[in-house]
Amino acid sequence: MKTWLKGVSIVLLGYTIVGGLLMDVPRLNIVNETVRALYFHVPMWFGMVALFLVSTIYSIQYLRKPSFEKDTRAVEYANTGLLLGLLGIFTGMIWANYTWGSPWHGDPKQNGAAISLLVYLAYFVLRGSVENEDQRARLSAVYNIFAFAAMIPLIFIIPRMTSSMHPGSGGNPGFNMYDLDSKMRMVFYPAVIGWILLGVWIATLRIRIRIINEKLLNLENE
Amino acid sequence: MFKTLLIKELTLELRRKSVISGLLLYLFSTAFICYLTFSLRQNQITPLVWSALFWITILFTVINTVAKSFIGEKKGRDIYYYSIAAPELIIISKIIYNSFLTLLLSFTGFVLFILLLKNPIADFTLFALTLALGAIGFASSLTLLSGIAAKANNSHILMAVLSFPIVISVLMITVKVTKNCIDGLDRSVSTNDLLTLLAINCLVTAASYLLFPYIWRS
Repeated sequence: MKTWLKGVSIVLLGYTIVGGLLMDVPRLNIVNETVRALYFHVPMWFGMVALFLVSTIYSIQYLRKPSFEKDTRAVEYANTGLLLGLLGIFTGMIWANYTWGSPWHGDPKQNGAAISLLVYLAYFVLRGSVENEDQRARLSAVYNIFAFAAMIPLIFIIPRMTSSMHPGSGGNPGFNMYDLDSKMRMVFYPAVIGWILLGVWIATLRIRIRIINEKLLNLENE
Repeated sequence: MFKTLLIKELTLELRRKSVISGLLLYLFSTAFICYLTFSLRQNQITPLVWSALFWITILFTVINTVAKSFIGEKKGRDIYYYSIAAPELIIISKIIYNSFLTLLLSFTGFVLFILLLKNPIADFTLFALTLALGAIGFASSLTLLSGIAAKANNSHILMAVLSFPIVISVLMITVKVTKNCIDGLDRSVSTNDLLTLLAINCLVTAASYLLFPYIWRS
């Protein structure tokens, strides 16, 4: 990852934390100050979907032209996506505890999110149970693409069809309605970009570690 | 070629009658256990409990049915198929054949549930349609996973782990429509859900068609 992108990520996240906690937010019933979760909870999902998408793209590339590097990239982007997804669930639970009264409310959005994380946990179980390296890479690439295709209806369509208490669905006011004077957008968009960049940064670091380990292993074998 | 593959699946099935009868027995035992558990308190089976028991039974039966399609094949036979048929043909024929099996089993399951428990369904036609779409959806999403699981160690556990998250989207919609059928709601309420189910089926079949050649090659 380019150094200036890392800088952008740090600056944007610093701005998100300071601006997100200090700047003025619209006063709303029930939600009140918890509306600030928008800067920390929602970008997690944006980041998760972005990283899973990148992982899927590397899996497609792997199937077209297999190489160790592409497989590593697919795995690590999925790994980091999973981390962001878990953080998204936890931040959502903290928010739900104060606005809905309990951390796990069985809301369709929560269930959909939990299931899509199960998909990627199954992906890692699959990787663990195939011993041949080429076969592991190929099978998990196939499952990754298949899982991503199955995840789309899960997190984008089904929650929209059922009634939900989550802001932005089931007739509840969403981000657009909270934000009458576009004040929140000034923090929200930088936050999304900052968190995605941070995710990519983590993933690239892990990819480099893996590739170096592989090189070391090859050197030892020689 | 396509027809030959379908006929081959059917002949294989008829030659090993123990497999299909084993599955039917599995279905029957599960339904019977549900019946026995509630035998003293039949009135406690509310429509929602019925729906939950029914779909759990169908889900497990179907996973076992589809799992055998690749896991049950002998090792050397793969290479033979590989040399005579295109992978796309193989996966499509397997999906069609599995859909046929799952349809058979789900409708048998439905009849068993009506006989042993009770019948809370108000709108039969709609429920039959949902059951058919659900069965085809299970078959099409599970066939590819069975192919993946067959290549790995401890394939039966893996099959369950891999398939649950994938079939859940199908299951969630079918359960929802089942509730509409039980309540006897107007059909227009369920149209959207059924269309989504159909779309998921198409999506999953297309994905299997595109991806299967890659797992077949190994």
